[in-house]
Amino acid sequence: MNWEWDAVQDFMPLFWDGLWVTLKATFWGTVIAFVLGLIWAIAQRSPFRWVRWPVNAITEFIRNTPLLVQLFFLFYVLPEWGPSWSPLTTGIVGLGVHFSTYTAEVYRAGIEGVPVGQWEAAKALSLSRVRTWAVVILPQAIRRITPALGNYVIAMLKDSPMIAIIGALDMLGQAEV
Amino acid sequence: MMTRGMFETYFLPGVWITIQVTLYSALMAAVIAFVIGTMRTSQLWIVRFISGTYFEIFRGMSALVFMFWLVFSLPLIFQWQLVPMFAGVLAMGLTYGAYGSEIVRGALAAVPVAQREAGLALGFSRFDRLRRIEIPQAWPEMVPPLNNLLIELLKCTALVSTITVADMTFAGNLVRIGESESAPIYTLLLVVYFVMAFIITRGMRVVERQAKAGIGQAPPRTSFWEKLSLREPGGEGTTGAPSKIGGAQ
Repeated sequence: MNWEWDAVQDFMPLFWDGLWVTLKATFWGTVIAFVLGLIWAIAQRSPFRWVRWPVNAITEFIRNTPLLVQLFFLFYVLPEWGPSWSPLTTGIVGLGVHFSTYTAEVYRAGIEGVPVGQWEAAKALSLSRVRTWAVVILPQAIRRITPALGNYVIAMLKDSPMIAIIGALDMLGQAEV
Repeated sequence: MMTRGMFETYFLPGVWITIQVTLYSALMAAVIAFVIGTMRTSQLWIVRFISGTYFEIFRGMSALVFMFWLVFSLPLIFQWQLVPMFAGVLAMGLTYGAYGSEIVRGALAAVPVAQREAGLALGFSRFDRLRRIEIPQAWPEMVPPLNNLLIELLKCTALVSTITVADMTFAGNLVRIGESESAPIYTLLLVVYFVMAFIITRGMRVVERQAKAGIGQAPPRTSFWEKLSLREPGGEGTTGAPSKIGGAQ
């Protein structure tokens, strides 16, 4: 067997389709990771310890176990309890949830970087909790963490091939039947 | 449920393979990280250029695709083949070595310039300066980020299951097919990975404490919950107490 450039030209259309799937997975994974990460980060600053502890425990566990095994878990175990998703959906949810625990950490650093005076000023102006977060804290926090979040988008792009593994296993499974 | 025979025939050897792959690729990554990291602080532009190129190439590549390339494309191009486990170790060692070199470079750059100048004034050679002055002082700075990297490497080893290396994840899939039951085996897998990551973190805390004591800094103070946490203490947040630098051990 040899290396043939003709073969490369033959599979180019297939390759463009695959590139589109990669971009789609990265995009939706990013959306989930950014939104869910923010929710984790805010929950970790909750005044109630029965909110903080479970959230801390869950994020620690997700951060310290492999994404591949999590994808297997989502793909094979979840259908036993209810939802049965396509490999792509499973992959997007898996990527998004896995990286949300990393972005949560980035958000945390950004939120802690906002000077205490800003919190006190919001309190002095008697802004509600929601307005304090939405108008005062988050705009300042997000501005300083944008570069760090960008790193995780790239990491997600590079980890998206793992979706192909559960996709391939799915096809193997169909062949067995 | 997984029978005892399955556990002993498939799962335990898988755990051992995972440990081996982690160990070998960590060793390889450590060597590359130190070599490339110190090269990137060199005075010569050509040395910086070569190491910088290496870093940019391997940082930007997906470890999984690189592994596949080593196993499936390399035999076509060069007519010889790598043992799958070696291919996995090579892919992860090269990739994580690139990440590690950035940590080494950053920590070396954080050593005060006066230290280097003092070394020059005392007539130390470049190698002796690195070995006796710069690396010992940069080492405690490196340990926490290297710990994070090591845990990422551990998690990355699950990928070698896709190139037919019979690691823990591979064994888990075998048992899953044999038992046609997914939930217990994958839960067990996740827990075992978590326990391994926890052990690594505890070990690296000890290394960090010794490294800090070695250059006369106080060990980091941690509360009970921080001790249980796998997260590195003292991020860039403003809420933490200022660290004591130069306190007697």
